[in-house]
Amino acid sequence: MVEWTEFERSTIADIFSKLNYDVAGSNALARCLVVYPWTQRYFGKFGNLYNAAAIMGNPMVAAHGTVVLHGLDKAVKNMDDIKATYAELSVLHSEKLHVDPDNFKLLADCLTIVVASQMGSAFTPQVQAALQKFLAVVVSSLGRQYH
Amino acid sequence: MSLSAKDKATVRAFWEKIAGKADDIGSDALARMLTVYPQTKTYFSHWKDLSSGSAPVRKHGKVVMDGVADAVSKIDDLKSGLLSLSELHAFQLRVDPANFKILSHCLLVVLATQFPGDFTPEVHISMDKFLAALSLALAEKYR
Repeated sequence: MVEWTEFERSTIADIFSKLNYDVAGSNALARCLVVYPWTQRYFGKFGNLYNAAAIMGNPMVAAHGTVVLHGLDKAVKNMDDIKATYAELSVLHSEKLHVDPDNFKLLADCLTIVVASQMGSAFTPQVQAALQKFLAVVVSSLGRQYH
Repeated sequence: MSLSAKDKATVRAFWEKIAGKADDIGSDALARMLTVYPQTKTYFSHWKDLSSGSAPVRKHGKVVMDGVADAVSKIDDLKSGLLSLSELHAFQLRVDPANFKILSHCLLVVLATQFPGDFTPEVHISMDKFLAALSLALAEKYR
């Protein structure tokens, strides 16, 4: 069981309540596809991913970014049992999507950067620590059902 | 994943924008590293105060960023340019190279908070590659 302090709970709730899921999701996913181009392997059907501009403007990437953020929302609303909450999603990513779990960390890092850009100086070291702890639990839970 | 001509140009141009705040960036990145990755505090047991904004953190942040600035000027040959820094880290400081990745990540986060408009995905990828190449050059003399 993951132990969360009051500060961590309120920080995560606060960050996500202020996020525009469409904007943050599409920015994070697009950034991941640009900064770590090998992640494009999972998006062969998304059309034009030839350069950064194409990726940033791609509507399928944007739509999928929103899907990912809404998936994260489940963890935000169930912080006391993220592992169970993500069991099905983990099986999906392993058995159906065949995503290398190392990629989860890459996307988590890009989301951290997107949140940091949005919050500026409000993204203190303590806030960063809380977000990274939360994302680490999410990443671990998503990788749980891989065999 | 070596640096292309475009990467080098991007890094140089971005560096010019941020160089004026290098000291701030360095101490913010160091403070974040010590907070978010507490295991890194083990290298600084000789400091009295490890909190953000403390004198040793500010001073050392500047030292680190002076090193990064040096690396930008030697971007065409990081391995030979950073040889003596590598010897320092390998033989005296003996910092586990895994920590270079951690500090690099914290630097990127600081750049995102302080330069949200300029830290585009294209700049992000070039800076990430540059810091990775820097880390590799720093680890050159380890074994």
